[in-house]
Amino acid sequence: MGTPAIVVDNVSILFNLNKEKVDNLKEYFIKLVTHKLHFTEFWALKNISFTVEKGERVGVLGFNGAGKSTLLKTIAGVLKPTEGSVRVSGVIAPMLELGAGFDMNYSGKENIFLYGATMGYSRKFIEEKYDEIVAFSELQDFIEVPVKNYSSGMRARLGFAIATAVEPEILILDEVLSVGDAKFRKKSEAKIRSMFEKGITVLFVSHSTEQVLNICNKAILLDHGRLIAQGSAQDICAQYNEMVNSKK
Amino acid sequence: MKKYLKNFYKYRFLLYEIVRKNIKLQYRDSVLGIFWTFLQPLLTTIVLVVVFGHIFGRNNAEIVNYPIYLLCGRLIYEFFTQSTKRAMRSIRLSASVIKKVYVPKYIYPLANVVANYITFVISLSVLACFIIYFFFFSGNPPHLTGWFFLFPVPILILLLLALGIGMILATLEVFFKDIEYLYEVFCLLLFYMTPIFYQIKQLKITSPIVNRILMANPLYSITEMFRCCVLYGRALNPHHLLYALGFALVVNVIGVWVFYKNQDKFILHI
Repeated sequence: MGTPAIVVDNVSILFNLNKEKVDNLKEYFIKLVTHKLHFTEFWALKNISFTVEKGERVGVLGFNGAGKSTLLKTIAGVLKPTEGSVRVSGVIAPMLELGAGFDMNYSGKENIFLYGATMGYSRKFIEEKYDEIVAFSELQDFIEVPVKNYSSGMRARLGFAIATAVEPEILILDEVLSVGDAKFRKKSEAKIRSMFEKGITVLFVSHSTEQVLNICNKAILLDHGRLIAQGSAQDICAQYNEMVNSKK
Repeated sequence: MKKYLKNFYKYRFLLYEIVRKNIKLQYRDSVLGIFWTFLQPLLTTIVLVVVFGHIFGRNNAEIVNYPIYLLCGRLIYEFFTQSTKRAMRSIRLSASVIKKVYVPKYIYPLANVVANYITFVISLSVLACFIIYFFFFSGNPPHLTGWFFLFPVPILILLLLALGIGMILATLEVFFKDIEYLYEVFCLLLFYMTPIFYQIKQLKITSPIVNRILMANPLYSITEMFRCCVLYGRALNPHHLLYALGFALVVNVIGVWVFYKNQDKFILHI
């Protein structure tokens, strides 16, 4: 199989939850002097280990606050693990939130280049992909308009079009398929499916077991920052549904 | 070290795009656009010349050419404060990206300083116009000599200084937003501490401590060196050169160090 695409090795993440947010000097000193700086330790992830081989499509399931997004952020390199390590081989396209790298005062066209550069691509490379991106996002008429005037659906479409057009090797999808209208959702699912054939590795977060079954062949299940199960998508989805039902 | 250089090389397009964005957006929607980089220093210098050259009626006769003298100081001061202020806010303003995508974070303060530096270099054309005009049409022309061609030296040191200070401020700002207001006050102090519209020797300071404080300001050394090149036509003072360069280098070492020590914690605070 060669080298695995993602190796998550015993990763733990610790957050210090301040009771209140202290972000000015005066407050900080008052609290420091009066010993009111309380931190509550909170392990968002605890001893998570798993491996994703190239071409695998892994669904990440879990309730709100289970640590799904934290895990994806760690893999994307946004968060540094407190303990353990993450090794990623291949070009990674994080879609944690579509259009997060956009500048609101910039036009759609300018944002395509900016977003491309945020992912480490050259202007020349994006120019080659430019027509494809515009066509897929269906924003031909609005491409010179500042993004601040876009609807959230339009922003998501543009973000999705850029992130998939650059042909990444690893795609991280955090509930992004739930945005946009039904037509675009279908189109984006089809696009992701067409990328499977090129052997793309996918990490997919969703609350919908239906979508996970549709897209993934493997899945992991998180609960309160711990990895409680991993296996085939069918098994894990069944277990997740069981958990949902037992909580009721 | 090699790893960092490789990473920087990969994200060089991002640096380019952000620099481009900052310059483009700064003047977007204004009628005169990029022409303001030229017009703004021109107009503010006229105001300063009128105020300090005429209304207050200071005796500026001993200064070689007062408008050029003022413009040199003003351009350098303006670049330094604008770029460091922008760099200071850069991390917080890019929070939406930093929280979602991996990017080397130093790109943001760096790009802000570089973008400001480019507009600063463009605005030097005002100075060129001043020099040409006063050279031909003034009884008090600037002394142009071969030393003129050394003018890149002080402004490169200025860039280095702004980068270092920008990194330190960007780091501080993430943890304590108050620094924005404090720095605003500091910039005002700096305006009066730097000999922009006066000469230090005119002040006839008797206290050696005050004198020393004024001399310790690296912007003083930089503006004086710059004026040596474009106005006095004299050799650079080696003390100024060594002091400014040393100061800028030390500030950069500190800036890079505090930034790298703290950058992994940024995401928890923005």
